[in-house]
Amino acid sequence: MTADDRTPDDVPFETVSSSEVTRGERIRATIDEWILVPARILWSDWRARVGTLIMLLYVLMGTVGVWLVDAPQIGEGERLIPPFTDPSYPLGTDSMGNDLFAQVVHATPPMLEMIVAGALFTTVMATIVGTFSGYKGGRTDKLLMMFTDILLTIPGLPLVIVIAVILEPREPWVIGIILTLNAWAGLARAIRSQVLTMREESFVEASRLMGLPTRTILVKDIVPGLMPYILVNFVNSARTVVFTSVGLYFLGILPFTNHNWGVMMNLAYTTGGALYTLRAAHWLLVPMAAIVLLSFGFILFAQGTDRLFNPRVRARHENNAGANSSDDADENSGKVSTHIQG
Amino acid sequence: MINSYYVQRTAQAIFTVFAVITITFVLIRQIPGGPTSYVRSQLAQQSGSVDMEQINTLVEAYTNVRPDEPLYVQYFNYITSVAQGDLGTSMYYSTPVSEIMAAAVPWTVFVMSVSLVLTFGIGISLGALTAYVEGSRFDVGLTLISIFLNSIPYYVLAIILVYALGYQLDWFPIGGLVGGDVTVGLNLGFIASAIYHAALPIASFVVTGFGIQALTMRGNSIRVLGEDYIRVARLRGIPPSEIALQYVGRNAILPMYTGMMISIGFMFGGSIIMEEIFAYPGVGYYMFRAISASDYPLMMGAFLIITIAVVLGIFVADLTYGKIDPRAGQGGNRESY
Repeated sequence: MTADDRTPDDVPFETVSSSEVTRGERIRATIDEWILVPARILWSDWRARVGTLIMLLYVLMGTVGVWLVDAPQIGEGERLIPPFTDPSYPLGTDSMGNDLFAQVVHATPPMLEMIVAGALFTTVMATIVGTFSGYKGGRTDKLLMMFTDILLTIPGLPLVIVIAVILEPREPWVIGIILTLNAWAGLARAIRSQVLTMREESFVEASRLMGLPTRTILVKDIVPGLMPYILVNFVNSARTVVFTSVGLYFLGILPFTNHNWGVMMNLAYTTGGALYTLRAAHWLLVPMAAIVLLSFGFILFAQGTDRLFNPRVRARHENNAGANSSDDADENSGKVSTHIQG
Repeated sequence: MINSYYVQRTAQAIFTVFAVITITFVLIRQIPGGPTSYVRSQLAQQSGSVDMEQINTLVEAYTNVRPDEPLYVQYFNYITSVAQGDLGTSMYYSTPVSEIMAAAVPWTVFVMSVSLVLTFGIGISLGALTAYVEGSRFDVGLTLISIFLNSIPYYVLAIILVYALGYQLDWFPIGGLVGGDVTVGLNLGFIASAIYHAALPIASFVVTGFGIQALTMRGNSIRVLGEDYIRVARLRGIPPSEIALQYVGRNAILPMYTGMMISIGFMFGGSIIMEEIFAYPGVGYYMFRAISASDYPLMMGAFLIITIAVVLGIFVADLTYGKIDPRAGQGGNRESY
């Protein structure tokens, strides 16, 4: 409705919008705003693109791959076949004749479960504590932050190890949560300081004046603005879960009930003598490569996603959202944030 | 009023240590088949007879917790003995935990502080450099290398290093603190040997750690370079070197303080895996040994020592932060900008 078709007797607040927004349109707009626009921005950055592809590869490996590749069995092949020599054992075998490729693939589903549980726990806890503390301020803030600071100071790995020794967790999702028991504290602090600036924004103040409950303001006004930041940190905590879990399996602190790259490393290191002979080296290198590639994907994705923060890049894409011109995104959009220096 | 920041930080550090001691107390009592059943089985093996009084006395000697006393007395006794530096007795080594830790702590602190300084020194310099030549081939290449190195877990690099440079090429020692032929003390041979033995653990932390710091520093510098006050400073004719150090450098480094504090905890915690791989008898090495041997007093003692070291490290970082950033020292809330 433009200024031209407004009749003289139109009174503010009493006119009703001439077009009704249907449910379908609203859903489409939401999808557009929440999925398509961010996806398009992400895709325009090569780092995020490569990172996404790597992460997709592992998701496929953990879902379809398990189905296609048979579980490794002791003695299914010769002992210590070198990699890339036998097509039926593409990455070679270990000293028991287990197919290493199958071991890598079958270690993926529990790992994915751990990652999702741990990263979800971290981001959800951090978002709840961070937004509530930052928005409320005052005594609530002080108390919550004191608690957070204490958790933040306790070194993660020793705490996790002590708890893992006592509880001996076996379920991947339980392990995931234990691994991130205090990992959320740092993120909660970071989110809080973002909320501190956001709570003074006019749209938040408007909601406050309208008397909306705190919960609604947090969910509808504050958290959406933090979404890109939360996404980046979801990926970062996923990396933490991978590093820590593999490390603990490698040390033999977590019970060997699941296939895991750390278990492979541990066996190669302790029983395989991979340190002494070149013949067993691939047994150690294969799981290492699996870890490094996955976390490389995570970091690339996180680095590329940085641009989602940038309101300028976002605004440009939102204008194009409906239209079909996503290709103009690439030229120097990566520089938008950085070329202000002139 | 001026010192409220320091008072608050000090109180917080003390309170954190207190909280961790409480956690270890709870955990030591919660361990299924913990110290009590360990002592019981040991006694049963030795003499065949199991006397409850004897068990309790022994458990107290090991862990400072006497199981038959009321909970609050146990808790009070535990806190007072820890405060006096009594961490119990190691079941595996049969020596006081505090003695083992006193011998191990300096080495871990040595490795960690050198790693921390190098990680941040290299990271900050490279980050600042790439920010200035942003977009160049050097920048793109170095960014990619930083990302790649950062995606290697430090223990993976540690294993590769100990395999290649330790076992295969025999360039570096594969265990120990110093060589057997040096005399302990402040002489050149001892220091050189200590550095030689610590080189690979330090390299594992630094090579895998500097990348993310370089990326953070690069991002911060680029953001600061775009600020208006930098343009104003240029217009005022302030020499470029002073702008680079006083304006850009300082403002870009400040936000990295949080990262540094997290790194302190990360590295000290990581010493458990690192020192096991390099057979380097520091705090982490003993903690891992203790876990393998179900030596709970030593395990908890090492956990406590690592935590206290981290709390102290962060405390020092906090105090210097107050010196560098005037906003923090003024008693204001440093998150509020």
